[in-house]
Order: sequence, then C-alpha cells, then structure tokens
Amino acid sequence: MATDVAAIDRVNGFWRRAGRYTILAIIAVVILFPIYTTLVAAFKPGSIALRHPLLPESPTFSVIKEAWTGGHLGKYMLNSAIVCLIVVVAQIITSVLSAYAFAFLKFHGRMVVFSIFLATLLVPAEAIYVTNFRTIQSLNWIDSFKSLTIPFLATAFGTFLLRQVFLQIPKELHEAAEMDGIGHWGFMKEVAVPLVRPSLGALGLFCFLGTWNQYLWPVLVTKTNDYRTVQSGLKVLASSRLDSPNLVMAGTVIAAVPIFVVLIVFQRQLIRGLTAGAVKG
Amino acid sequence: MSSRKRRDLGTAAMMLLPSLAILSAFVLYPLGRAVWMGQQRCSAVTKVCRSSGWGQYLDVLQSSQFQNALVVTVKFVLLTVPVGLFLGVVLAVLADKAIRGIGFFRTVFTSTIATSVAVASLMWLFLLQPSIGVLTNVPFLVKLFPVIKNPGLLQDSGTALSAAAASSVWANLGFTFVLVTAGLQSIPRDLYESAFVDGAGGFRRFTNVTLPMLSPVLLFSSVVLTSRAFQAYGEFDLLTGGGPKPQFSTTTVTYLAYGTGTSIGGDDGLKSTIAILLFVILLILSAAQFRGFGKRVEYGN
Amino acid sequence: MASVTLASITKKFGDTIAVDNVSIDVADGEFMVLLGPSGCGKSTLLRMIAGLEDPTSGDVFIGTHRVNDLLPKERDVAMVFQSYALYPHKTVQANIEFPLKVRGVSAADRAKQAKDAAELLELTDYLKRKPGQLSGGQRQRVALARAIVRQPAVFCMDEPLSNLDAKLRGETRAELVALHQRLKTTFVYVTHDQVEAMTMGSRIAVMSKGVLQQIGTPQEVYAKPATTFVATFLGTPPMNIFPAGSLEPGTMLVGVRPEHLTIAADGGVEATVVLVEQLGHEIHVVCALSNGTKVIVRRPADDDNLPQDGNVVHLEAWAHRRHHFDPDTGIRVDTE
Repeated sequence: MATDVAAIDRVNGFWRRAGRYTILAIIAVVILFPIYTTLVAAFKPGSIALRHPLLPESPTFSVIKEAWTGGHLGKYMLNSAIVCLIVVVAQIITSVLSAYAFAFLKFHGRMVVFSIFLATLLVPAEAIYVTNFRTIQSLNWIDSFKSLTIPFLATAFGTFLLRQVFLQIPKELHEAAEMDGIGHWGFMKEVAVPLVRPSLGALGLFCFLGTWNQYLWPVLVTKTNDYRTVQSGLKVLASSRLDSPNLVMAGTVIAAVPIFVVLIVFQRQLIRGLTAGAVKG
Repeated sequence: MSSRKRRDLGTAAMMLLPSLAILSAFVLYPLGRAVWMGQQRCSAVTKVCRSSGWGQYLDVLQSSQFQNALVVTVKFVLLTVPVGLFLGVVLAVLADKAIRGIGFFRTVFTSTIATSVAVASLMWLFLLQPSIGVLTNVPFLVKLFPVIKNPGLLQDSGTALSAAAASSVWANLGFTFVLVTAGLQSIPRDLYESAFVDGAGGFRRFTNVTLPMLSPVLLFSSVVLTSRAFQAYGEFDLLTGGGPKPQFSTTTVTYLAYGTGTSIGGDDGLKSTIAILLFVILLILSAAQFRGFGKRVEYGN
Repeated sequence: MASVTLASITKKFGDTIAVDNVSIDVADGEFMVLLGPSGCGKSTLLRMIAGLEDPTSGDVFIGTHRVNDLLPKERDVAMVFQSYALYPHKTVQANIEFPLKVRGVSAADRAKQAKDAAELLELTDYLKRKPGQLSGGQRQRVALARAIVRQPAVFCMDEPLSNLDAKLRGETRAELVALHQRLKTTFVYVTHDQVEAMTMGSRIAVMSKGVLQQIGTPQEVYAKPATTFVATFLGTPPMNIFPAGSLEPGTMLVGVRPEHLTIAADGGVEATVVLVEQLGHEIHVVCALSNGTKVIVRRPADDDNLPQDGNVVHLEAWAHRRHHFDPDTGIRVDTE
C-alpha cells in the first residue's frame, strides 16, 4: 500500500510540476517577446527588414555597425559613460561625507540639516526641471557635460543609505580609534569606509543605473550630438530614421547591452540594495 | 560635552558642504523658485516673466487641459500599478519553488529591469506601430482586432493609453518581481508550517500568511510604482507624442508640462504651475498611501 | 608610567547624576580596580580617565598634568574595551600596529614592536588572521596587544573578561596579573565581578549609584567594609545583616559573615532553618529570622551536626566578628 501511495504522489507531483513549468514557460515567452523581436530586427539587413518579424533571416552585424556610426550610438554611449562616471564618483564622495557627518558627529542643528536632506527626497525631479533649466540656460551650460552632471553631484538618497550603514558600526570601534589617536578624517579613511564597501558598491550601482537611464533631463538640455546621451539619442534616432525601423532597433539593442551586462555582473549587489529598504520597511 | 560639539561643528560643516551646496542650488532653490514662477506668465521667446497673481494656480487647476491631463494620468496609474503589483506577486509566487531550472525563469522575469524607459518604449513601438510593427504582420491577430492596423493601437484614442500602459507594466515587471521575491524569501517557513498544521489550505495560507507578511514590500512597491506612473514621460514622448489629438488621450500632467505640441507652448510660468500642482498631488498621494496601506502593514516579529 | 588622580569628579547626564563627587588617587604602577554593579558609574569614571567623556565638574590628573582638556590621544592612555573593538577588516598585525601607524612610526619599527607585543601575548601564530577568525580569548589578547604596543602611562580596562567563558576567565585573570607585574604600568580596571577584584587588584574602589563607598586593599575592604553596600557586595554568600536589636540589643545593624556565624544551643538570636544546601565543598544552612530576614550559615562539608528543615536554632557570633552599621546611612560604626 505504501508504495502505491508513493507512486500516486509521484504521478500527481509530476503533473503539478509539468503544469507549473508550462505556465512559467508561457509567461517567459510573453515577457521575452518584445526583446526577441527587437533582436531579430536588429540583426536583419536593411533590405529585408520588415519581412517575417518573428524569424531571423540572414543575420548580420551591419545594421548594428551602422547604428553605431551613422546613427551616432557610439558617440552617445561615450557621452553617457563620461556623465555616469563623473556622477557616480561624485555621488559616492558627497554621500560618504554627509553620511559620516550625520552618523558620527555631534553638532548643534544636526536635526535641522537632516530634515533639509529629507525634504529634498520628497521633491520629484519634474517639479524642478523648469527652474533648473532656466538656471542652466543663464549659466550658458546648455549642451555641455556641465548641465548633465553638476545638478546631480549629490543625493540625499545616498546620504541616507550610507548613514544607515555607518550607524551599524559599533560605537566602541570609533572610541578605540580615538584612543589610538586618529581623528575623524583618519577614521573615515581607515575604518568607516572600508567597512561599508558593499554598500558603496550598491550605491554606485544605483547611481549608475539612474544616471544612465535618465531621459527627460538630457532631452531638455542637450541640443547636439556632441553631448547627447544614449537615452535622448535614441529619441533622435527614432524620430529621424522612421524609414529604417531595424536601424532604430539596432540602436535600442546597443543602448540596452551595457545595462544587461552590468546587471548580470552585479546582480547580487543590485538585489541586496533594492531589497534592503523594501523588505524591512 | 560642549567642547566636543564645538570641535565637531567645524568638521561637520566641511563634510556637509558639498552635498548641501548641490542640493540647495539644484533642489531646494529651484523648488522655491518654481512655486514663485507658478504665478507668473513667461514669454516663450524672450523668457521674460511677469507676475500674474496666485490665482493662476487655481486657474490652471480648473482648466480643462489640466483636468483632462489629470484624468489621463489617473487612468494611467490605475492601469499600471494594480496590474503591475498583481503580476509581480503572481510571478514571484510561481517562481518561488526550488525546482530545476527555476533560476532560468527567475532571470527571465527579472530581465525587464535592465530596460530603460526609452529602450522599453521603442521595443513596444516596434511591436505596435501599424505600418512597421510586428503585430500588424500577424494576420490572424489583425483579423481579430482590426484596430491593430487601422489606425493602430497607439493611434486610436481608445486604445492608446492602454497600449502605453502595457509597455510600462512590462518594463516595471522585473523591478516588482525582484522585490516581491525577496519579500517572499524573508517569510519564515515556520509560519507556513504552523498554518498548515492548523489546517489552512494553499489559498488560505496565501491570504493569511503570505500577503500580510508581504505588506511592507507591497507598500514600498506601490509607492514607487505610483510615483513613477505619475511622473511618466518617456513612454508618451516616444510612443504617442501625447496624442492622438484632438483628444490628447495620452497627455498626462507631466507631458502637458514638458511635451511638445501641447497647449502650454513655451510658457515657463505655466509649466511651473503644472509642475508644482503635480508635486502637491504626489505628496498627498504618498501620504495617503502610507496612512491607508500602512495601517495594514506588519513589520515582522 | 604615571599616577592617576581624580579630584571631586561629578558627571551628570541631563538630570541624572552618574558620578557623584568621587575622588580617587591611583598610585604609579598600581592595579586599581573599580568595582560595583552595573550603573554604578565605574565605566563612566574610567572613560573620563581615558578622555572619552568630559566631567561635569572636577579634575582629572595623569601624573601631575591636568588632562581635562586633552584629547584621548594626548593623554598617553590606552584602553581595552569590553567588546575588544578590533578593526574587523584589518589583520591582527595591522590591528596591533594601528596606534603606531597613526603616530607615524616607520613600517619596519611598527612591525618589530607589534611582533614583540604579539610574542608577549602568544599571538605570533595569528598575526596574519582577521579578528573574525579568532576565538574570544584570542581577540581579547589582540586588544591587549594593541594597548601594550603604545607603551602608555596608564592602561584602562573596561570589563575585559566579561565576554569570556568561566574557565577562560580564570586563566586570563592570572595572565593579566602577570602582565601587570611584568610591565609595571598603572592599571585601572573596571569590573562587576568581586572575585576578579579580590584576586587582581592591589586596591579596590567600590562604587554604588555614582557614590564611592570605600577604597582599600582587598583585605581591608573585605575585613572592614565601610558601608552595608560594601559588606554585602563582597563575599559569597554575602554578609548577613541583622536588623537592630535582633542579634544583640541596640540600635545598630549588625553584620556577620556566613563563615563567622555559629549554631549554638541558646543565646544569640532565634532562627528557623529553611533549607540546608549541599554544595559539595561546603554546606549552606539557610535560616529565617522571626521577622523574615534571610540568614546564611556556612558549615564545612563534613559537619555531622546539621540541623534539619524546620528546626529552630540559635545563631551566635564572636564579638570581634561583628560589624556595626548605622541603620539610616548604612555607614560603618566602630565600637572601640
């Protein structure tokens, strides 16, 4: 009898698993569909671009190459890379500094300044684009790296994230360092920052993703291909080359690749960073 | 202690200065300035502004363009957030089994997190455009839904917003999936076991254990998705250009302020008015979400 | 090497008085123990010596220098923390070298001095490991090595043994005493454990609720406690305090240690036996006076003459074994 039950369970289990796999597969197909069609189009030579959208034909890199050069995606990627590098480094530095001040220093008015930082988190970017644009205009920074980077050199989000982590460093460690003769700057360099390296990585990742994916601001402040970033460049490509949809798709693929790569390489850090705030509330 | 505080003040000032300077110049000052400009009218050409009175806020709020845009925005939020949350939970629950190959599926479900607004929108543009789109080349679909080709899902005022919403839900799926999966994995197994011993079946366990324990994650996702949906711009810029006109079926509040071809033109004053109104609406909404939803949130043991 | 003088130190946190007008003189090279229950202010006092807290009023002297306004690093004081406070991301060697690195000592000198300190504490095999890979006892020795390597004038130790298990604690106690004799530096040692205080200190300062109760050698503090607090804090089981008029007529509280009480046929005070505890190496006869006060008598393990539960007995003590305390203040009264 026992073996019969086990056999029934195994059969039941098999059907349940098969059912689950089926549903998972269907959903996977649906989710991957847009990505698939984009890839198919990106690798189809221009002449047969629109036939059989679901089937690859004569795959070639020529469209991608054309998107990189003639479609300026190469330049756009370079610009995005430069902007991201500057912003990420700057945000990490400014966040470390201000987070340290909030976590380890006692001074009058600490709560007030902290509330100011908090307040900036509530302001949506769109609310201030108009006035920031006017500021950029009056400074003659339109169409330059300055307009793409300087407004974003600091972030309250990064400050809060790092402050949380700094606060987890036991107070006695700081006191021991005090006894050993080191001041705040030394402690920051020798102990605090090395201890929070994973969080710096997560923060850097967030900053990179956020900056790379920025759309409206670069559209507003860049006018020439010299300074366009990838996202705003895609818009230009899409509106100017309506005749070659596979070229536009190739551009899309180029734009998406860096993020895919970064996410695969850093997926653990990303997930840890994303969930740290959400799960614990 | 005061000497310690005094010593720290100098160091603190140096450390806080960089962040404070940037945040003050590019977040706080612009906000204040925007509030002020919200009661001005500005020439699109000369950029000169003249005060027009604080009543402008009320005027814009009551204007038909703004109201229309607000309706579109709310519709968009309602189309994307509940669906997005629901799908995220469904996918996470489906993928929460340690069966062979589940890693592959998890990666697929997470993959949309790598798409930016521009990338996702263009991918969907390619799918939906009547002339070049993939869907138009699938004959039996076109026969079933002629609107796909004529005038096109993005060109028909009835379907445009939903089509844009679909692309947005798709793009945010990875994000919600990752969050809910992490939330699921943090639920202690013994809660399920104790419910099982109490006789609760699968569905009961889901509603009595899973959902309550997921509530912090769901709240967080809901707030993020809602504010993203309210501020959505790129989708409409790339997919529909705010149209189709004359209904302006996909002109959300943000697009009204920044999009091309809207009735605002280049008037920075009006743009500010709209932007500030949007800010206030978002603030109220987030607060409401935290109070309403938040009351039901449980923060673990 | 230097003496430490605390002159009328008071420390308030808001309205709470943590340390109330305490004055202590620690002689150069002495092993001074600050003993008391948690919350008595001993750690606060230690931190004021180290420079991690500033006194609300009063002066701290190290040697002849008034150090109130000096930062910890300027005071030539080293501290060993209860949780050791080792830098988790640095190796043992880097941890020990750190104070020297901060002072700009060359890499070669640093390595040598760290090696010497490590040898002294038998850590040479662990120099390349990180604290996370060490046991509690080893971490504690690293913390000690880091303090020693600075060759400070004063060592401050904040309950360094409390995180160790009992056996390790016993061994490490002896090692610390040996270390003190070897280095001949002033040690200021905080603990709540009276066994540590009695076996390690050259003098003990007993504190309760921020007030200094008594300073003296272990023998003085045990044999002539200055207050009922000191009398009942030191000694296991604690000294029995008889209410006024019970053991002898009068208005004073009378204290007698459990080992000095005898069970007599009559005289003394009447008590009922509640429990006879067999501890293996000795026996505790727990009695209750008529007013309920618990009294313990220590008897040797081979005592044949033990009373039984419920028996009524008479407890007596020699006159010179009796300690008298004022019933209101708890302060010792010497009746000689």
